[in-house]
Amino acid sequence: MRWIWIDRIVELDRGRRCVALKNVSLAEDVLHDHFSARDGRGPWPVFPQTLIIEGMAQTAGILVGHARDFKEKVILAKIGLARFTALARPGFTLRYTAVLERIDESGAATGGEVELIDPGTGAVKPLAKIDLLYSHIDQNRAGLQFPEHNFVFTGQLMEMLRQSGLPAPG
Amino acid sequence: MPITQEEVFSKVQTVLVDALGVDEEEVVPTAKLVADLGAESIDFLDIVFRLEKAFGIKIDQNELFPEALLNDPQYVVEGKVTDSGMTELRRRLPHLEFGDFEKSRAVSAFSNLFTVDAIVKFVNDKLAKQ
Repeated sequence: MRWIWIDRIVELDRGRRCVALKNVSLAEDVLHDHFSARDGRGPWPVFPQTLIIEGMAQTAGILVGHARDFKEKVILAKIGLARFTALARPGFTLRYTAVLERIDESGAATGGEVELIDPGTGAVKPLAKIDLLYSHIDQNRAGLQFPEHNFVFTGQLMEMLRQSGLPAPG
Repeated sequence: MPITQEEVFSKVQTVLVDALGVDEEEVVPTAKLVADLGAESIDFLDIVFRLEKAFGIKIDQNELFPEALLNDPQYVVEGKVTDSGMTELRRRLPHLEFGDFEKSRAVSAFSNLFTVDAIVKFVNDKLAKQ
């Protein structure tokens, strides 16, 4: 199963910001259920806000990981803010912009904006503000131990980075 | 013009309301971050980041919350802080009122020392050193 909710990284400025794009397509299974026809109402496909948060988590997660050469295991720890002002319908593009606000040994804080681009007209409008907090889990307060290999930045996520023409580890 | 005590408290209050999702009325000076305001371990990192932003200060890891010290066998034995551990805690954390903790020394009770007032005191100390 693919669990990549961004299609391409278009900008990665180390330790500063990361910009990613995601095309919302009617071919995506998730849009068939969100929301399917019910009680006499026809289908109403909208890309779920939870997955928009996940898209930002992946965009900002790459930014945080890249800042430390993908050596830390970067885990989303907290959603500080998620405020939506528009809906993501099929045929539109989401542009995620994540900014690194703070990073240290323990983790990182990011601020983010999601814009809705209409490829038909080129019009852009704000869709969401999403602020996230990440933990470098090997540095956790409880002293818990995790597997040595980096299970965060592997496989699909790193392949997507390569496909975007950006250097990935390994 | 130096920041007033009311302004420090008000900013700390906002930080804790935003970080912990509690109501402003709950953030009183005696409120315990974990027991009363429901803070979890990751919230402490969030609070540190937000304090830095709100007050324009730099807070090093372990400065406000001494996680490494409490995982150090030199300072904690069988879940209790040793004499040298207490000395080290006092030296590193002058913003805390240890009170009854001195008797039990149980690491499990340590989080209760972090009150809203302790955070205000910590910020005041940091601002005074700037």
